[in-house]
Amino acid sequence: MKNFTYHQPTTIAATLPLLDAEWGKTELLAGGTDLLDRQKDYVSQPEKVVSLTGIGGGFREMSSVSPPGVFPPIITIGAGVRLVDIAESKLLAQYPALVQAAGQIAGPQIRNMGTLGGSLCQRNRCWYFRDEHVNCLLKGGRKCFAQEGENQFHAIFTQGHPCVIVHPSTLAPVLIAFGASAEIAGPKGTRTTPVEKLYHAPVKETQREHTLAPNEVLVSVKFSGGGPQFAKFCNASYEVKQKETSDWPLVQAVVAFHFEKDSKIAKGVRVVLGHVAPTPLVSEAAAKSLEGKEVTEANAGLAGEAAVEGARPLSQNRYKVQLLKVAVKRAALLAAGVKPYWEG
Amino acid sequence: MNDSQGEPRGGISRRGFLAGTGAATAVAGVTSELAPATAAQPGAAPAHGPGPVLLQLTVNGQKVNTNVEPRVTLLDALRNYLDVTGCKRVCDRGTCGACTVTVNGRTVYSCTMLALEARGMDIRTAENLGGAKLDAVPAAFVDNDAQQCGFCTPGFVVSLRAALDKNPNATPEQVEAALAGNICRCGTYEQMRHAIVQLCKKGG
Ligand SMILES: Cc1cc2nc3c(=O)[nH]c(=O)nc-3n(C[C@H](O)[C@H](O)[C@H](O)COP(=O)(O)OP(=O)(O)OC[C@H]3O[C@@H](n4cnc5c(N)ncnc54)[C@H](O)[C@@H]3O)c2cc1C
Ligand code: FES
Ligand code: FES
Repeated sequence: MKNFTYHQPTTIAATLPLLDAEWGKTELLAGGTDLLDRQKDYVSQPEKVVSLTGIGGGFREMSSVSPPGVFPPIITIGAGVRLVDIAESKLLAQYPALVQAAGQIAGPQIRNMGTLGGSLCQRNRCWYFRDEHVNCLLKGGRKCFAQEGENQFHAIFTQGHPCVIVHPSTLAPVLIAFGASAEIAGPKGTRTTPVEKLYHAPVKETQREHTLAPNEVLVSVKFSGGGPQFAKFCNASYEVKQKETSDWPLVQAVVAFHFEKDSKIAKGVRVVLGHVAPTPLVSEAAAKSLEGKEVTEANAGLAGEAAVEGARPLSQNRYKVQLLKVAVKRAALLAAGVKPYWEG
Repeated sequence: MNDSQGEPRGGISRRGFLAGTGAATAVAGVTSELAPATAAQPGAAPAHGPGPVLLQLTVNGQKVNTNVEPRVTLLDALRNYLDVTGCKRVCDRGTCGACTVTVNGRTVYSCTMLALEARGMDIRTAENLGGAKLDAVPAAFVDNDAQQCGFCTPGFVVSLRAALDKNPNATPEQVEAALAGNICRCGTYEQMRHAIVQLCKKGG
């Protein structure tokens, strides 16, 4: 690891002046579970590391408020909250998709160290990108080596993407399905943006997988089930993994919708796909397919079929198409409270 | 040898190179203590390093001091600077669990945390489970022959102790889930299962 100077400010206001307007020389440090790996492999070589772990208050807290008529409660989670605290939170009872996704990240040690902000801002896991000796598109090179190389874990929605990474965060698709917003602090003050807008497909060294400026800090995210009064907010995240623990999924599907009072008809359906494209992918087609329908095995299966429309897999990852169909179907059934018949 | 330990890697000294470019002024053994604050506002943070800075840690209840560069991980600080060698360096990438220690009661990979980040925290290593009276967890490992080469063992016993402290009534399945971040290359899992069953029967 290249050496650096280290700062540990205790407020966001004191953090901002320490940051640069360009990527490269300065890195924010939260739990370090992504950054330290990149530093050890010389993929990131900051000269200055600004730690966020000295910052207290709302940055490290989770809160829940229930204004009259709003159900389920509005949740705010500070970017410095640890993954384990999301996975074990009692405040999130109405938001099982987030609990499921956080609880499946890596193993206990990573969840004890890693933070929400770090999960949302982590860099991609492409092995060409992570290899010190490979100068890929995202490191100033001219080529995405995964396009024609070893691409079994890469994107299947590849149209128009010079770089075919998959977005690594499994919390981002959940928050997008919840319609969450992000609070971001920067040199010009604080701004709020939908989490969906936090992501784009990077194509060069001067871009990250997220759209934050290098001198901005993600402060918190906020969401609510947001449906009509007394509606039941149904949501689930389903991941297909190669290993039971300590790995990113092969594909992930998040499904969220409402059941109006006593009804079994899905309304306001949102389907967001993970690990199939360079960004978390909102599937309008899958959502439309399920909208206004009963969540039966057949209808959930149709949503899965709709989700893979337009997929253009690479040479080694055609298998992901079938996994994705199944993931969407199962996420929809889990959200509707169907007993997972596929287990055991 | 990795240069986070303060040694050049692969025969090329990046530090020497950097010193030549003026980007770093590290001189081994010199303590550059806290530089003056950069901004006169509350919460402003002084620069530490890049040369060695004073590191004060509380390890297994004892206050200890050393000087490390900011890039030194908690694992390397413990092993190479403080002679606390229970935690092992295997993958150095936060995937195997051999370096597991607890920080304020929670298990972490010490290879994936900067030593400076552990200041002011209660750090416990496998050594904390030994001493005059062997803790029930390593004792159960001995009873059940739950190690072969033993290199993973300090990490496993720290994770297991933390799991039982968090939930003394944990079932064997719950304890196993809490060990998901530790790997045994010798594959001694079956004997570890016996040790876990024994510990769960005793209520931790
Ligand atoms: C084996 C393994 C399996 C994993 N599986 C999954 C998985 O399934 N799903 C998943 O989502 N993740 C997974 N992860 C990744 C894990 O979630 C991240 O490593 C962790 O969340 C990063 O958090 P951190 O606080 O340690 O971030 P750091 O390593 O400290 O930071 C990561 C990046 O985010 C930036 N950053 C951090 N906080 C902020 C902020 N508040 N504002 C702006 N930028 C910020 C940092 O500058 C840095 O570039 C896995 C990791 C491992 C090792
Ligand atoms: S040495 Fe830290 S996890 Fe392997
Ligand atoms: S006993 Fe050898 S690695 Fe576990």
